Amino acid sequence: MSNDTKTRGRILRAPENFVDRSLAHDITTLGLNEERRGFLRKGFLAAGAALASGSALAQAAKGTAFEGDPNILKLPEHATTLGKPVATNAYGMPSKFETNLLRRESPGLTRVSAASVSFTPLQGLFGIITPSGLHFERHHQGWYDIDPATHRFMINGLVKNPKVYTMDDLMRLPSVSRMHFIECGANTAMEWGNVAVPTVQYSHGMLSCSEFTGVPLSVLLEDAGYDKKNAKFILAEGGDGSGMTRTISIERALDDVIVAWGMNGEMLRPENGYPLRLVVPGVQGVSWVKWLRRIEVGDKPYATKDEAIHYIDAMPDGMYRQYTSIQECKSVITTPSSGQTLLDKGFYNITGLAWSGRGKVKRVDVSVDGGRNWRTARLETPVLSKCLTRFNIDWVWDGSPVVLQSRAIDETGYVQPKINELRAVRGTKSIYHNNAIQSWKVAESGEVSNVQVY
Amino acid sequence: MSRSIKSLVAIALAIAATASLAQGYPNIGRAATEKEVAAWDIDVRPDFKGLPKGSGTVAKGMQVWEGKCAQCHGTFGESNEVFTPIVGGTTKEDIKTGRVAALADNKQPQRTTMMKVATVSTLWDYINRAMPWTAPKTLTTEEVYSVTAYILNMAEVLPDEFTLSDKNIAEVQKLMPNRNGMTQNHGMWDVKGKPDVKSVACMKDCPVGEHPRSTLPEAARNVHGNVAEQNRSFGAVRGADTSKPAPTAPISAAKRQEVAVAPAAAPATRQGDPLGLAKQYACVACHGVSNKIVGPGFNEIAAKYKSDKSADATLFTKVKNGSSGAWGPVPMPAQAHVKDEDIKMLVNWILAGAK
Repeated sequence: MSNDTKTRGRILRAPENFVDRSLAHDITTLGLNEERRGFLRKGFLAAGAALASGSALAQAAKGTAFEGDPNILKLPEHATTLGKPVATNAYGMPSKFETNLLRRESPGLTRVSAASVSFTPLQGLFGIITPSGLHFERHHQGWYDIDPATHRFMINGLVKNPKVYTMDDLMRLPSVSRMHFIECGANTAMEWGNVAVPTVQYSHGMLSCSEFTGVPLSVLLEDAGYDKKNAKFILAEGGDGSGMTRTISIERALDDVIVAWGMNGEMLRPENGYPLRLVVPGVQGVSWVKWLRRIEVGDKPYATKDEAIHYIDAMPDGMYRQYTSIQECKSVITTPSSGQTLLDKGFYNITGLAWSGRGKVKRVDVSVDGGRNWRTARLETPVLSKCLTRFNIDWVWDGSPVVLQSRAIDETGYVQPKINELRAVRGTKSIYHNNAIQSWKVAESGEVSNVQVY
Repeated sequence: MSRSIKSLVAIALAIAATASLAQGYPNIGRAATEKEVAAWDIDVRPDFKGLPKGSGTVAKGMQVWEGKCAQCHGTFGESNEVFTPIVGGTTKEDIKTGRVAALADNKQPQRTTMMKVATVSTLWDYINRAMPWTAPKTLTTEEVYSVTAYILNMAEVLPDEFTLSDKNIAEVQKLMPNRNGMTQNHGMWDVKGKPDVKSVACMKDCPVGEHPRSTLPEAARNVHGNVAEQNRSFGAVRGADTSKPAPTAPISAAKRQEVAVAPAAAPATRQGDPLGLAKQYACVACHGVSNKIVGPGFNEIAAKYKSDKSADATLFTKVKNGSSGAWGPVPMPAQAHVKDEDIKMLVNWILAGAK
């Protein structure tokens, strides 16, 4: 089982491509003789080709004609022996070859791992749904795997009937399933000033997208008989040690907020609030209270710790903006992105994600010359409100240094700004809500790095 | 179906849905008792709605602080070791104006809690619900009042002799150094709010700077670990090897060869997990642990060879080369692809009872 590393690279082109056309013709028609072998060897040395054993290149360099890829010519074990039976893994896991794409912490970002964040590896994901095991984590006082049989949900405050619900109660109610992105308000925080992190995982990975299933909060508020005249805000409260609390306006609460238990067809993962969390589409992740235990209906905002000390946006004049919630329109190219290396000149599919907390993504433009000229990318379906949208665009790299950017526009007409446009209004002290255009520089070596270009 | 009929049907369905809503949801949930609401409804608002009656002294607060808070937050609330500092950066002048001057001049290296927080209720609520860090919600009401008073004392907002209570907390609010430092006047609370930045989607010959204004510092290249190991080892791209300086040479055949055989994480081996091996090699497709499937159950094999001292060698050969006739007409095929050491582990495990 340790033999799986040796032939995982891409198949290199046959040696004909390293020799000139007339020599290739001679070899094809006349076969190899000593003289031509000499030419070939020199050609490979000149190209500085590493001679990996088993590769087509090495085979040819040793002087035998290329007969074909051993991965094709020699039937592998998986084609000649019996495979594993069903339910070998009763809960399926990713391939053992997929060990590189993991949630990871950013060293030094926090000093306490129970009040920290792990980032989603956006650089290797496809489509718009984040695998549940790779959904980013943000805990304020550690996480628990809570027994759903003992979990309770309460509604009180400005309601006719303060009520208690069990999971049994909630899961009997009419449910909805909707796909939404969740982004931490501090996503891309480290880039407000200068470039600070090496990959899109750390610059944009406090972002995930799932299909959530649950009961609309409006149904529960109606069921408890909320005070339609005086109710202006709700307070959502978590059942964890931090008792996480966030104020949400009653208009938001009655619109598309979900009291959710399902995520991508299964129950929420414990790290994401099992068995119950709030889903507040378009709003920063901190309001999506996990291990949700209570909703209080009130007439004034609550100024809780994460609304009065953290998750407040520092403005240049020293004022703090309180209750900044909406995640404005943003996009990022995920491949090729910083920390990746292109394999060759030639064709690439530039792919990335776009989203808006105010509705649907209308358009994404991509620049391969640092923002001078732009082409409009293809949006892949579905294009949903307050949900990640995948974009793709064709690109042929000629080997010269270039800067890649993407720019999203949402259905309100809002255009994703450049970092200098954001800074002109908000300065550089705000940790939160950096939705600037991201630049990736492709060097002549093929290596991609994080830069700021505007 | 015509569009008008479709919309009629939609309206009818909507009415039906409303009708069922009108009946409510019988037998779902129950009334919360007063005691239940009291147990959970602990939030305290800026207007002090929810604040329980009580009081606490600065002196008592110091005592609680040194026992339960100072380990993380420092003796004077100034520590930066575990969490951001609570106290520091505020002045007597700030208490007068209600605006912390250091937030605008940026002379303070780090923004402390006392520099930011505008509402004393926030301190009370958070200490009450989430502190101490490893034992949240274990402080008494008196302790919460006391610790709140002590923090404000360390920040030179309250004198040493002060007793904070539900009666005077509204007066204390008027001394909060950053009480006038918050604004809700922005477009980012309401989904229909007005954005503060209005960019234009230029498409052609747009004005941009020549060079990157900022690049990743060399020192930051590898601090997140080797990025080569954080990307898939096949596909359109590879992870850059950040354990080395960035290459400068243009992409070349050598480069291509190098990245083509980019390191792949070696999969973990299942050492000491014979059942895992039995599954991996599909032994369990034909053998149950205790029951016959196509071939005998592992426990049946152990029983048969119980008194055979050379059973391990015999079984090793039977697995490796195959065997027939021992258990019936279906032959055991040769398992040449199974490694010798794995066969040995499996045979020993089977003979030991396959537990």
